[in-house]
Amino acid sequence: MRSAEQHGRGITPFSYADDFTPALLDPERAAPAAVRGPNGKAAKKRYDVYRNNVTVSLIDALAAVFPATQRITGTDFFRAMARFHVRATPPTSPLLFEYGRDFPDFIENYEYARQMPWLMDVARIERAWLDAYHAADAEPLPPESLAAVPAPRLADAVLTPHPSTRILRSRFPAVSIFAANRGDGPVGPIDAVEPEDALVTRPHLEVIIRRLPPGGAIFLMHLIEGGSLGMAAAAALEESPQFDLTANIAGMVGAGAFTAIGGDENDGH
Amino acid sequence: MSIRSTVSSAFLASAVATALASAAGAAPLSQEQVKEAMDKGMEKCYGVAMAGQNDCAAGPGTTCQGTSTVDYQGNAWKFVDGGTCATMKLPGDRMGSPEPLTRDVPS
Amino acid sequence: MNDLTAHPARGASEASCFPAHATEGLAGTSFKHEHLPAILAAGRQHCFFEVHAENYMGAGGPPHDALTRIRRDHPVSLHGVCMSIGGPQPLDKAHLGRFKSLIGRYEPALVSEHLAWSTHETTFYNDLLPLPYTPATLTRVADHVDEVQEAIGRPILMENPSTYVLFAESTMSETAFLRELVRRTGCGLLLDINNVFVSATNQGYSALDYLADFPLEHVGEIHLAGHAEQSDDEGELLLIDSHDGPVADAVWKLFDRVIGRSGPIPTLVEWDSAIPDWPVLKAEAEAAQAILDRHAGSTTREKVHAVG
Repeated sequence: MRSAEQHGRGITPFSYADDFTPALLDPERAAPAAVRGPNGKAAKKRYDVYRNNVTVSLIDALAAVFPATQRITGTDFFRAMARFHVRATPPTSPLLFEYGRDFPDFIENYEYARQMPWLMDVARIERAWLDAYHAADAEPLPPESLAAVPAPRLADAVLTPHPSTRILRSRFPAVSIFAANRGDGPVGPIDAVEPEDALVTRPHLEVIIRRLPPGGAIFLMHLIEGGSLGMAAAAALEESPQFDLTANIAGMVGAGAFTAIGGDENDGH
Repeated sequence: MSIRSTVSSAFLASAVATALASAAGAAPLSQEQVKEAMDKGMEKCYGVAMAGQNDCAAGPGTTCQGTSTVDYQGNAWKFVDGGTCATMKLPGDRMGSPEPLTRDVPS
Repeated sequence: MNDLTAHPARGASEASCFPAHATEGLAGTSFKHEHLPAILAAGRQHCFFEVHAENYMGAGGPPHDALTRIRRDHPVSLHGVCMSIGGPQPLDKAHLGRFKSLIGRYEPALVSEHLAWSTHETTFYNDLLPLPYTPATLTRVADHVDEVQEAIGRPILMENPSTYVLFAESTMSETAFLRELVRRTGCGLLLDINNVFVSATNQGYSALDYLADFPLEHVGEIHLAGHAEQSDDEGELLLIDSHDGPVADAVWKLFDRVIGRSGPIPTLVEWDSAIPDWPVLKAEAEAAQAILDRHAGSTTREKVHAVG
């Protein structure tokens, strides 16, 4: 029943969507021939209403998901950049809060943003922020659960990540730039120069972004991937001699990055 | 993962004990750097309004954003004036404000 | 009395998590998260709240927390905006599954969708796009409505759209299309009076004539909203369904006549952008409530007269 109408380019009762959509995101194309105004009126500006609705609402969606990115570039720059992305990569999910996953990569390759090489990393933090916001609810690991693991078993302990937990690594001080721009306050000079890694968590209802100490990202990434506490600590020390195990354990518990701890069995992941 | 080495149980146990004591607020952190790294790095962002919401309203039809073909990004260096990019003054040359691009602007 | 409006899945065996608040004769507003503190501080409001289903299709977090708090004390209307029921292609089964889950979770008093489409092939256009009204599209839309109603186990209300263009191939009026959709599927209707006014202005017909032909006996909910003005290719007025301001006087007048004819119907004031402080939105709902109250008891739903 459907094959004929899907392949036909001619007018079928169901070709209206094929006719109506191509020009929505392509201003070079004329309004579809099948639409008109009443009493023989033209439909160009009328069809443009739909073009505007599609384009503007999707740019607005990106602006809502990436407010710090927009604040850094200014509204005009952001909206022009977002428009390119919207036209090239419109959403495939009807859930708008899923939109923009490809936007940081787009920024990375966007010619006019090359002078701001850290911008894509700020955008990645913002996208992770929204993922954490909508992530499943789960109680963070109570400190007692960790305390209850016998010392000889600690090295083999594995942890279950909280559904909201995300790690983002940057070659730039992306967390400082993000934090300075995410709110409404004045943005002065940024004194950070070192690369920064971000830990994103939402243990309860608030999304919290933390700047990770040296080695913290490697440590947490190993744990998130199901590596044991001993392996994760060793990997972090290998990458960063300044890695402070005590601080990082305190940090991961305080951040609510994990929900459960398991032992030798494969019950932790 | 192919990390061959691991750390000793005693080292881990000591770190966990100290970390939990500090996390519970029962004792001050042994290293000032810990507090520094974790407190200073904590950026709470209160999301009051939801981002990326679906609705059934039509956009402002008076804009030309849906129909314009002008690549006004060619003048990008002018547009970032409205952003904080210029005031952040990030250290290092690579962080500098955008320079004018000398490129033909298609229209 | 129309039983489309009130009772979700009664008689089902699962335990109810929320009290069943009635929407009969009640006005309501869009629920916006920025209003949550004001609403909670004011205590239980004499109104219902409508949410866009898609915004609660994430796994967890603040959206569900907020809606749970609202739902405890108020009736909730779940308004889907992107099922793409008016599109030619099959419904997105994953999306329908999410919709069904939300209905199970929040037991909304009202469930609605649009006579429009928003997804084609794999692209989501985030707008309510128009369709031609023909016997063939009617059959397709009826199949989609059947599928949704079967999945969720209850009737939905289908909303008349705001339109800016017409299709040359249309052979049916919108009211005839909706009337026949109701007859075939048993769905109810969501009458958006602002959409009637916007479409009537844009398509050059009389809103009163449209309403006179509208099967009011199947309407389970009414929408009111603000619109914006621009012009068409001929320089004449073209209205945009912008939901960014107060309800227009002309729309209030149409609403008054509809309620005078039909009796009270749950009525929602939509406000989706340039969202005002809660008292402003609440005042719009109170204005709607006053009209509903004025006509309470004076008219029965079955007593239908021509508007005009």
